[in-house]
Amino acid sequence: MESAGEERVSLTDASRRLILLELLVPTVLLAFGIYHGFVQTLYRAGIIRAESFLGIDYYQGLTLHGVINAIVFTTMFAVAFGNALVARFLGREPPVGAAWVSFALMTVGTLLAAFAMFTGRASILYTFYPPLVAHPTFYIGAALLVVGSWVAFFNWIPLYRSWRRENPGRKTPLAIVGIFATFVVWMMATLPLAYEVIVMLIPWSLGMVREINVLLARTLFWFFGHPLVYFWLLPAYVMYYVMLPRIAGGKLYSDFAGRLVFMLFIVFSAPVGVHHQFGDPGISVSWKWLQTLLTYGVALPSLITAFTLAASLEYAARQNGGTGLLRWWTRLPYWDRERWLFGYFFAGLFLFLFGGVTGLINASYSVNNLVHNTAWVPGHFHTTIAGPVFLAFIAMTLHLVSELTGKPVRLKSWNVAVPYLWLLGVALLSIGMSISGIDGEPRRTNLGLGYTNPGSELFVPQWASMARVVAAGGGIMLFAMVVYFAVLVSTLLSKRQREPGLGFPVAEAYHDEPAGFVANFRPWIVIGVLICAIAYAPVLYDVSRATFFGSPSYTPD
Amino acid sequence: MDRAEKLVLGMASALLVVFLSATVFAVARLDITLPTCFTEMEPFDEGEVIEHSEDWYEVHYLAAMWFFEPEELEVPAGATVDLYLTSDDVLHGFQILGTDVNLMAVPGTVNYKRVTFDEPGEYRIVCHEFCGIDHHWMAATITVAER
Repeated sequence: MESAGEERVSLTDASRRLILLELLVPTVLLAFGIYHGFVQTLYRAGIIRAESFLGIDYYQGLTLHGVINAIVFTTMFAVAFGNALVARFLGREPPVGAAWVSFALMTVGTLLAAFAMFTGRASILYTFYPPLVAHPTFYIGAALLVVGSWVAFFNWIPLYRSWRRENPGRKTPLAIVGIFATFVVWMMATLPLAYEVIVMLIPWSLGMVREINVLLARTLFWFFGHPLVYFWLLPAYVMYYVMLPRIAGGKLYSDFAGRLVFMLFIVFSAPVGVHHQFGDPGISVSWKWLQTLLTYGVALPSLITAFTLAASLEYAARQNGGTGLLRWWTRLPYWDRERWLFGYFFAGLFLFLFGGVTGLINASYSVNNLVHNTAWVPGHFHTTIAGPVFLAFIAMTLHLVSELTGKPVRLKSWNVAVPYLWLLGVALLSIGMSISGIDGEPRRTNLGLGYTNPGSELFVPQWASMARVVAAGGGIMLFAMVVYFAVLVSTLLSKRQREPGLGFPVAEAYHDEPAGFVANFRPWIVIGVLICAIAYAPVLYDVSRATFFGSPSYTPD
Repeated sequence: MDRAEKLVLGMASALLVVFLSATVFAVARLDITLPTCFTEMEPFDEGEVIEHSEDWYEVHYLAAMWFFEPEELEVPAGATVDLYLTSDDVLHGFQILGTDVNLMAVPGTVNYKRVTFDEPGEYRIVCHEFCGIDHHWMAATITVAER
């Protein structure tokens, strides 16, 4: 693999400041998102038995939690990470003008949406299903955020092209393959979203159009909503493939596997969204089943990843003196304060074992019937987005802040504990939600007033006891984040100790084969778009013939 | 790719084929169905219970902010119940606890599922899709009577 090691490049101040802002603005907002996650567990357990708490309504807080954590934080982080990877691995800084335009669009969009959410004009959750309607600034803000991320990606493409021209015969750095795959998936995801938001929702929320096709909007949302999860996951995969093996003290088992995995995600990420709609009317069972098949297809690259990463860790552990069939697991730097990234990556991967298995369950056609829209679903995705994705993103935020300011990470012995505390909290939260979910407990519901209230006729005792386990998990997660923010802030406030720059731990490959048929994006994008068309054309046709009339708008109250 | 990688790729693919076969088995042998594209009935604006015979009931469930109509339903154990579901306003969820009935109520369309309650007792219907500020109170019951 190209340029292994810890080589640092220096950046112009303009790029450096931009990347820092792109990391820190969503991190500040994240504090609100995390708070509202924790408070929700208190509502659901009946510890807060009310419609609202400290001036924020339950569903308003849930909207803030979802939009900030899952949309704003992830999108801005992916752009910042991409800017950094392009500068480091292509040796070309993204042109600063367009990069700032991208940041400005994302920030203005975020502020518009935040205005609508904080003033209670958009309490319709992060899925914003019509015919519930939000203030137009919510939709316009979301659109600007997405357009800003497109600008960033378009800013990188000419740099990639010129690198390829100047380096004929060399393999594209794996980190670049990964981040470009991330944004190709993002483009495929956000085109149907753009249609839903710009063509359908914005004119309707402004009153220019009276009625909306609810099922069509919902179908377009999930056409976006499932590839969205791979947009979250792939930057974490970049870190796992490119950086984790080196931090562990070894090599990436197979460079080719990494390239193949990223290309498979381009093919299979998008045509799978209907598995969120198995309980919907208006879509034939044949197309529902076809998307089950395709969702199993998207599991394949993650199964390859499970093997490749385990093999890479085994190689590293044996380099560190590990022996035996399984005993080598003890020879990894779990608590190494200098190699603290390892713990964040490892804890995330551990959670993702469960996230992957529960995800396959969700995709499994009739089995989905038992868990659809129950607490099982957030139980699942807190082991994916709140597991590997979140831990990798906050770890990389801290790493990049330290690199770009030249300030070494502070409070190191606290910092190594963060991922394991988080792991424990998420485990309790997800186990509690999964058990109650199988019992039928609904997700996104203020349970404390009725379902977990012994004084209510809706009371369900087993949900009430599990909700307390979930709240305990939420408390531990909050504590882990307090520690994380303490580490981040004290790092920022400390003195600069070296020249600001940009470096990553980069692993060599153990098997370094030619890229072969995974050398170019184009064929994979063509196949991906074709499969999307095959999987979605009949679904959209079904939706159009099953919908008898459109819907006017309703506010949640 | 080395031998271990090829082996793992083969095993992973085989595992997925097993899972896929299980979904086919569930439909073909166990008769577990999902709602399909249903176009034969226009959306209705009130709930209704039609007793075709003592073994066959047709129930039109209307979901609205924030109730189900009919709010209480009584059917005999073992009877075939054809459930039709639509919404009068926004999206709602419709899950009958302890069964595999888990549907979305979408305005402008009708959802359909056939169900048989073999065990007598009281079944609870929970709205599990966010539908506004009183979503958490939206529930209904089905009483299954012994024959």
